[in-house]
Amino acid sequence: MSASWANPLSARRSAEAAAADRVVGRAVAAGAPAGWRGLIADWSSDRQAFKVSWGKAMMWIFLLSDTFVFSCFLTGYMTVRTGSAVPWPNASHVFSLNIGGTELPLLLIAIMTFVLITSSGTMAMGVNFAYRRDRVNAATMMILTAGLGETFVGMQAFEWTKLILEGVRPWGNPMGAAQFGSSFFMITGFHGLHVTIGVIYLLTVAVRLLRGRYEKTGNYQIVEIAGLYWHFVDLVWVFIFALFYLW
Amino acid sequence: MDVTQSHEPVHQPVQEPQAQAHQQHQQHPIGLYVKVWIALFVLSTMSYLVDYYQFHGLLRWGLIIMLMLIKAGLIVAVFMHMAWERLALACAILLPPLCLLVLVALMAIEADQMLLTHGLFFR
Repeated sequence: MSASWANPLSARRSAEAAAADRVVGRAVAAGAPAGWRGLIADWSSDRQAFKVSWGKAMMWIFLLSDTFVFSCFLTGYMTVRTGSAVPWPNASHVFSLNIGGTELPLLLIAIMTFVLITSSGTMAMGVNFAYRRDRVNAATMMILTAGLGETFVGMQAFEWTKLILEGVRPWGNPMGAAQFGSSFFMITGFHGLHVTIGVIYLLTVAVRLLRGRYEKTGNYQIVEIAGLYWHFVDLVWVFIFALFYLW
Repeated sequence: MDVTQSHEPVHQPVQEPQAQAHQQHQQHPIGLYVKVWIALFVLSTMSYLVDYYQFHGLLRWGLIIMLMLIKAGLIVAVFMHMAWERLALACAILLPPLCLLVLVALMAIEADQMLLTHGLFFR
């Protein structure tokens, strides 16, 4: 403070420099886009970290966040199951089907797993057809995938009905630890919701593909992005199958 | 397991880093997807058999977790095309979930505490 007081010349020079900076700053601001586009342009500083379309990058980031949601459910389930002093119901018996007098353990769950894996396979083929710009086959595969997904949800509804009729509730059940019901309805319910949303998503994209909505840009990447979501649903089921039904 | 090796020649490294080249390099024969689908089918059957034959203890756990991770790896690598994405994207998506191992470890300790207190107060 005393230095600038003693040397008015240097103080004036710095004021000039600041004014010049402001002029330059205004010139830069005039050249760059304003508003939200400006914010993005400034923060990315003309650099792109991921060499994929924004849609694909955002789907991956969404799936990453969804991974954390499902992991929290599964970790919570692990905690209540390990921490429960009451024995946990035996999944092998709870989810068994009685066919012709013989009890087949986990049969329905096994069929559901195969249906979902098959739907993942047809989806992968649909994405492949979309790369080859074969839109009729791509849409057919997507509709087939959605059909298999709906079959899965139907079987899950059957399973829920069966368990509810057997007296399983989120707050208790006749087979063992009370936390079984809440874990089961929460985890499979949230997964089933994802499958249902996926069916709607796939059908929407398939119909748009058939109607030629993507012909203007010629970009079929939406099929691949929808496919990422669908494979993720299958991926989550792999973990639920292993950790909830087989443990 | 040989399925993962048989599709190796199909792997085409990214020739150009440009985003424009992206669409071209992801053309794989349908056979690759069929092979992975069959592999997932076989692996699921194997994990079902783990339950069917009522394996117990460490063997059951090891088999369940191993089969689960192989299936997850096949889905992410081939069906979701992560094997052909650039390393930057693969790291950004695949590394953060490793934090969950910390959560699982903490909650496993917590669960032991819960079991202990349940044993003490709710006998």
